[in-house]
Amino acid sequence: MMEEEVAPTTLSVSSHSIKVTEAVKDGDTLTFLVVSQKLSGTGEYHVDRTYDDFDWLQQHLFSQEDVPGIQGVIFPPLPAKAQVNASAKVIKQLGFLAMGQEWQPYCMALETYLCQVAAHSTLSKNKALEIFLTSAEPPGRQKVRKNIFNRLSQAVEGMRKEGHKDVDEFFQTERDHNLTLTGSTKTAAERFLDVVQTEQKIAMACGHFSTALHLCVESGDEPEKQAFNKICVKMSEVFDSMGKNTASVAENNVSTLGLGLDLESRYQEAEKEMLFRRTCKLVELETASRNAERAKPLKKAAMEELKKAAEKEFDHISGMAKQEIARLQGVRVEMLQQALVQWCEKQLLTARESADRYNQHLQAFRGMA
Amino acid sequence: MATSSERSPPPFPDSEDQELLESEEVGAQDSEDDDDVDDPFLGASSPPLTKMDTALPETSQPSDVSTEPLIDIMNDPLIEPVSHTEDKPASEVVSEPSDDFVDLANNETDAAGDEVEAESAVADAAKDTTEIPLDEPSDDFVDILGSETEAAHEEVVAEDVTIEVLPDSSEVTGGITDPPSDAITVSNAEQEVEEASSAPVVDISIDSPADNTQQPPVSDKIVDPLVDLISDAPPTDVKNPSQPPMDLFEDDPSDLFMEPRQNISAKQPQKSLFDEPDEDLFSEPLGATSKKTVNVVSSEQKDKLVATKGAGNVSGVGVGVGGPLNDSYIGEPADIFTEEAVATAPSAISTSSVGSKTNGVHSEEEADIFAEATVELSLDSPRNDRKKNVMTKPSASASASASAAPSLSAAASLSKPQAATLEELEEEEEEDKFEINISITNPEKIGDGMNAYMAYKVSTQTTLPMFRNKTFTVRRRFSDFLGLYEKLSEKHGPNGFIVPPPPEKSILGMTKVKVGKEDPSSAEFVERRRAALERYLQRVVCHPSLLQDPDVREFLEREELPRAVNTQTLSGAGFLKMINRATDAVSKMTIKMNESDVWFEEKLQEVESADQQVKKLHGLVDSLVGHRKELSLNTAGFAKSVAMLGSSEDNTALSRALSQLAEVEDKMEQLHQDQASNDSFSFAELLADYIRLLGAVRGSFDQRMKAWQRWQDAQAMLQKKRETEAKLLWANKPEKLQLAKDEITEWEAKVTQYERDFDRVSATVRKEVLRFEKEKARDFKRQIVKYLESMLQSQQQLIKYWEAFLPEAKAIA
Repeated sequence: MMEEEVAPTTLSVSSHSIKVTEAVKDGDTLTFLVVSQKLSGTGEYHVDRTYDDFDWLQQHLFSQEDVPGIQGVIFPPLPAKAQVNASAKVIKQLGFLAMGQEWQPYCMALETYLCQVAAHSTLSKNKALEIFLTSAEPPGRQKVRKNIFNRLSQAVEGMRKEGHKDVDEFFQTERDHNLTLTGSTKTAAERFLDVVQTEQKIAMACGHFSTALHLCVESGDEPEKQAFNKICVKMSEVFDSMGKNTASVAENNVSTLGLGLDLESRYQEAEKEMLFRRTCKLVELETASRNAERAKPLKKAAMEELKKAAEKEFDHISGMAKQEIARLQGVRVEMLQQALVQWCEKQLLTARESADRYNQHLQAFRGMA
Repeated sequence: MATSSERSPPPFPDSEDQELLESEEVGAQDSEDDDDVDDPFLGASSPPLTKMDTALPETSQPSDVSTEPLIDIMNDPLIEPVSHTEDKPASEVVSEPSDDFVDLANNETDAAGDEVEAESAVADAAKDTTEIPLDEPSDDFVDILGSETEAAHEEVVAEDVTIEVLPDSSEVTGGITDPPSDAITVSNAEQEVEEASSAPVVDISIDSPADNTQQPPVSDKIVDPLVDLISDAPPTDVKNPSQPPMDLFEDDPSDLFMEPRQNISAKQPQKSLFDEPDEDLFSEPLGATSKKTVNVVSSEQKDKLVATKGAGNVSGVGVGVGGPLNDSYIGEPADIFTEEAVATAPSAISTSSVGSKTNGVHSEEEADIFAEATVELSLDSPRNDRKKNVMTKPSASASASASAAPSLSAAASLSKPQAATLEELEEEEEEDKFEINISITNPEKIGDGMNAYMAYKVSTQTTLPMFRNKTFTVRRRFSDFLGLYEKLSEKHGPNGFIVPPPPEKSILGMTKVKVGKEDPSSAEFVERRRAALERYLQRVVCHPSLLQDPDVREFLEREELPRAVNTQTLSGAGFLKMINRATDAVSKMTIKMNESDVWFEEKLQEVESADQQVKKLHGLVDSLVGHRKELSLNTAGFAKSVAMLGSSEDNTALSRALSQLAEVEDKMEQLHQDQASNDSFSFAELLADYIRLLGAVRGSFDQRMKAWQRWQDAQAMLQKKRETEAKLLWANKPEKLQLAKDEITEWEAKVTQYERDFDRVSATVRKEVLRFEKEKARDFKRQIVKYLESMLQSQQQLIKYWEAFLPEAKAIA
């Protein structure tokens, strides 16, 4: 039944208009409001989706076995599951996505995911996406079977096949490159997360200091006291604005470069997975060709058949993979550039703002005399 | 005295009076001579008292009750004085002349000699007087009155004489340092007094000149009463037989005036010759003349300078007295004033000038210290008025007032020198425009290993005339700074001053430095300490009183400073703990202090809460600084990882941008680091300073509490002594009574002293706290301005970095 539904269709919504506007806490689960504009007219689809629904979509995208070379597709990475009272481990896994108020970064990550899926030439044809975006009924509530792309099995196999020598120079280089990039992107994201977290701490500390300064205000109307009180209040303001400034710097960091690095990191992972799938296929193909060579004449034909099928599939995958890698290259550079430019602009903005504010405070203090 | 016997016929009124007077006198002398001269004075003082007691009952209405004690008195003291005056004072002077009078600032031996002379004179005179009234009880006094008027006429001339005489007498007293001569002079005086006008000039030179100047024209008869005057005079406090002295010392002005008033009212209706002259003679003219004699004596002791300054009239002598008295009474201006008040009291004319004098006192802005005195003075004046009424009738009163007038002016002028000195002090403290700037530079490690220490260059730039040069530089090690603090806090702490505390010793930090690793943390430690020491010294020299301290000057100026010892024990946390423990103990001890001054109560609470707040702030700033350091570290990490990312990036534009970003982040790291140290230096250090300073403020409050406690303890002790006295009175044990009275006087003086100490400390603390608050506001403001300036700068730097990076990012695609 499911197979029928997943017949290729064109998406009825504009891929750029997809928005995950907010996350609503419903007990322990988070419900995301997904808004998309109809291509046909002026209407909008508003649907409530949980993480399970997103996961359902992702599984459906994975399991489009009828699409040739599907395994060569770099699937847009779905963020890890967010929880309301997330444990430290989950938060660590989420990284930037766990930051901020009201899961804003997480919503943005989901939004990016949906946009990427909808913009994908192959994946956007999947009926599951259409259902996900338009159906009033939440689709993912029933248990979905885990397919072969299950991360667990992948990890087990990975140990064996990761280092398999590639036949294609291009893929070999890509694999090596991907490995280093994955590592360094991850580190960069983590380091940047540290920076942001420290900034948040500073913002907090400034806030505390500001509050404490406010408490220093002494009652009484002697001129000395009044003067000191004024200084305390003013200083409290200074630190308050400093805290706010730092907080907004941190927020900007998260919403721009933070998310960018996070997405980059997840995309690298996705590419790695794709490459791994291809490697698996390669291993499969090699086994098949070996088997075909060694096969007894009786079974030779069947083996050849198998080998041919594998070869065909592998070629499909490789072709798709090459396309995907090229596409990803463009996407991620653009994405990173955007993140960097936005980040830079926002930094400039806040820096200017706070410079202005400090200047005001300074003038105020000088004028106090 | 007579009145007391009239008024109150208790079982032993006279003896009581005597005791009181004696104790009073002893107290006064204690305060003057610091207990040591008790004996001579005791002996010396008793005679006049007995004389008075004896004389008065005789002249007025010797009641049955009074006769009994009279005999006692006659027996005891009259016999005593002879031995005392001849033996004891002399021996005293010989044995411990200088020690006894250490308090008398200037010339101890002279003073001793003089005192002894005075005493002996008193004793002798006492003898005479006791005889006189017995011989010619009533008529004598009338005569005296007459002669007094004469004397008054003579006054104008006499004044001149006194001035001339003064040097002589001072010479004489100077020569008197040797005790035997004392005895001689005493006997001389005795004889001469008896012989009266035969050799007046000699008299003058030997005895108190002021009185003698009055004496010459007076006949034999008159001489005797005048001798009375003289004899009464030397023991200043005995001079007013009518109990005021006691009251003075009790600080109970109402009492003081109660009795005299009663006396007067009692006498006025009677209008008996005996009474009025009695009163006049013994209270007023006696007081006046006694004043003079004392004045003369002490002025001789002290310095001719003052005398010559006041020369031209008798009041000059008074001034002379004022000066020296001030010196000796340094802690007890009120006493001086009360005495003066008594002296002036008799003079009816004086009331107005008394008023002016009180005004003058007020204008000196030392209300606290002078309050007592002024109150008493103003209370005196009504009494004076009343007295005037009484006295206007007998001509003696006129003379008395005439003679008293100079002494009043003396008193007025007396108030001036002291007030002047106080004013000077005030001025010194108000002086706020001094130009002094201290910088500490070149921290340098001297020596190796654990014996190594840091030396700092202390450079002073000043325009203050108190320093020899405009700029000078010395090298000081850390323990020298601690040593300076030790000295200052020892000297100024108990007075309620807030002595700025230096940074604590840090064993950890210093050990790191000593071990000699050139790591950034030890460099930071040295720099932090250098800055803290600089701030500490700045605070010290900004304090007007501390700047005047010779130790401060020595610290700044002297090339080599004796090595400060025992600062080791003050190191670091131990030092703080010690202080905390001490303050805790003190606060526990004085927890019972019922604060009379709301200001202090509130301020203490404020200081305590401020202490808490500042500590909290300090903790917060510390964590902020920690976070900033962390940020700097993380930024460095991020920069590194971005550089890595850039190097592994295929896209050349992206790779380039990323490596650019790495550079930006490297600069940013520096910025964050600067920010961290800026936070640390601007606020953490400032707050740490203020934690220490608030500790010092609390310390000054504790000092005030201690002063209060001392005062309270003294009061409790006085109460106990009084109870003992009462018990002894009922038990009728006169021999022990004397001791009890002595003790009471002693404790009364102490109570007065401690109360004044407390008031003084309170005033200082008040002023210091206000000053501290002003400084605090200024410090914080200055610091925040500095901080904001640097923040602004770093933001501008940040903007520059980003502006430079933005085109790179845009160029990626």
